[in-house]
Amino acid sequence: MKRSQTGVLLGLLCMTIGFLYPGMPLQAADDLAPFTGLKGSLRIAGGTAHIPVMKEAARRIMSFNPDIRINIAGGGSGLGIRQAGEGLIDIGNAGRRPTDTEIAKYNLKLFQWAIDGVGVIVHSDNPVRTLTSAQLQGIFAGRISNWKEVGGVDREIDIYTRDESSGTRKVFWKKALARGTISDRANVVVSNGAMKTTVAGDPFGIGYISIGYMDATVAPVSLDGVVPDLANVRNGSYRVARGLYSLTRGEPAGLARAFVDFLFSPTGQQIVQDKGLIPVR
Amino acid sequence: MTPGRESAGIMGDRVVFWEHLFRSAAVICGLLTLAIFCFLCVLGLPLLQDGHLLSLLSSPWAPARGLYGIFPMLLASILLALLSLALGFPVSLGCSLLITALAPRRLRMLLIGMIRLMAGIPTVVYSFAALFLLVPLMRTLIGRGSGLSLLTAAPVLALLIVPTMVIFFVAGFEKVNRAHLLALDALGGSRVQKIIHILLPGARPVLINGTLLGFGRAMGDTMVSLMLAGNSTAVPSSLADSARTLPAHIALVMASDFDSLEFTSIFACGLLLYLVTGLLMLLMRLPGRSPDNES
Repeated sequence: MKRSQTGVLLGLLCMTIGFLYPGMPLQAADDLAPFTGLKGSLRIAGGTAHIPVMKEAARRIMSFNPDIRINIAGGGSGLGIRQAGEGLIDIGNAGRRPTDTEIAKYNLKLFQWAIDGVGVIVHSDNPVRTLTSAQLQGIFAGRISNWKEVGGVDREIDIYTRDESSGTRKVFWKKALARGTISDRANVVVSNGAMKTTVAGDPFGIGYISIGYMDATVAPVSLDGVVPDLANVRNGSYRVARGLYSLTRGEPAGLARAFVDFLFSPTGQQIVQDKGLIPVR
Repeated sequence: MTPGRESAGIMGDRVVFWEHLFRSAAVICGLLTLAIFCFLCVLGLPLLQDGHLLSLLSSPWAPARGLYGIFPMLLASILLALLSLALGFPVSLGCSLLITALAPRRLRMLLIGMIRLMAGIPTVVYSFAALFLLVPLMRTLIGRGSGLSLLTAAPVLALLIVPTMVIFFVAGFEKVNRAHLLALDALGGSRVQKIIHILLPGARPVLINGTLLGFGRAMGDTMVSLMLAGNSTAVPSSLADSARTLPAHIALVMASDFDSLEFTSIFACGLLLYLVTGLLMLLMRLPGRSPDNES
């Protein structure tokens, strides 16, 4: 009796929230239902491409049930895989598929809940908006060092890349640079967010980010004539794409299970779409 | 037995108890520091065993080619620390002299209060502000590159070490022999003469120690160089180049695979940082001891 009353109250709360946030359909109440009565904290860390979706999901879950605390941190895919494997965190995020050794060593369970692309970006004032693969590889290897060589202004190119842990870097290096070298003069930033902010502030910079992070503050660069956007990743014409994974050590249980399930629910997948990524369901 | 002696006995027991407690705390602290050293040695051993030590210190960082050298980072760390010291030392010295000898009383209180406040500001706040204010400025001033460079990180790092040094210097100046100061006043000496003939010579060991402490802090700071120096792994050919310091390198590589040589190499970085800081502390002790013996 008491429980059903709480349920009704929570349902009402959800509807109010749904009313307050017009983007949230009433479906959300059903998808959030598994969190009723759950308690405790959930630690999530790793890939930074995942963070916008994770934050939104966490916000909704925590406003649905204030007894749940969800902490989200970055650190890169490598860190997500390792910390999840060692049990330091409950869910690890990775923007690349863990290697078979990693999966076997840590007994990782993989959940791929979105598809993402990695696109090249430049400052929005930069006239260069299209590059061939060869030009891109030349720029990142340091062979092409001036923007005028690719049709821009006469100014040195500032290359930005990511740290060793980055899944975005691994995917970009493999699929866009064809495993070519990245110049040791490249500047290194530590997250997708930092990459966007830095390139948005540097008129002569070039970098690469998750398509989910792209907005008007930076300009996307077409690769071999294909614009890095959702439509082109979806229809397969833009090749530099990857899955976004969440990992747990062994089968997830309790809160972690509910969280992973929520990512795959209609509401979770809607969040994925709202944040500029491609849902898997 | 008189009551007085009895209570002295109890007091004695207490003193012994506290003595033991504090002594064990000190011993544990010392052992922990040693334990960290051993830990770094053991985990860095695979790389050192292969006779890589020399190549580690001289080769570039190129994991793809099997090179895990940390020479560029070592060079960048030392350059950055020296540069920030060059900027920070004159400011610290001037500021601490102003506080101890030159400024009117009210201004002194205000200054020392502000310095204490500065000492408490987290480095990430300085770096974040500099990312938006200093980096675009440096990009325009340098005229090439991204604005992330050793030259950008140095003033921010100087800002970081100045409070430590000022507080250290002020404490040193205050310990200078009062009788000498009074004697100089009696002789009608000016304030500048007081600084040149009494304060500076009297506080010399403290000035050296404070500077070494500042250098150690500058060498060990992670956030400022991680956010502002650009982190490129190339050997910096000028101060306007992007470069990576040892602590930033550790932060950037730490998240790679446990079993990889990249990961092992950062223990060597840690060991190097440990040794450099340890050596600095040793240097601090040496000149610090002589005036005590004289008095």
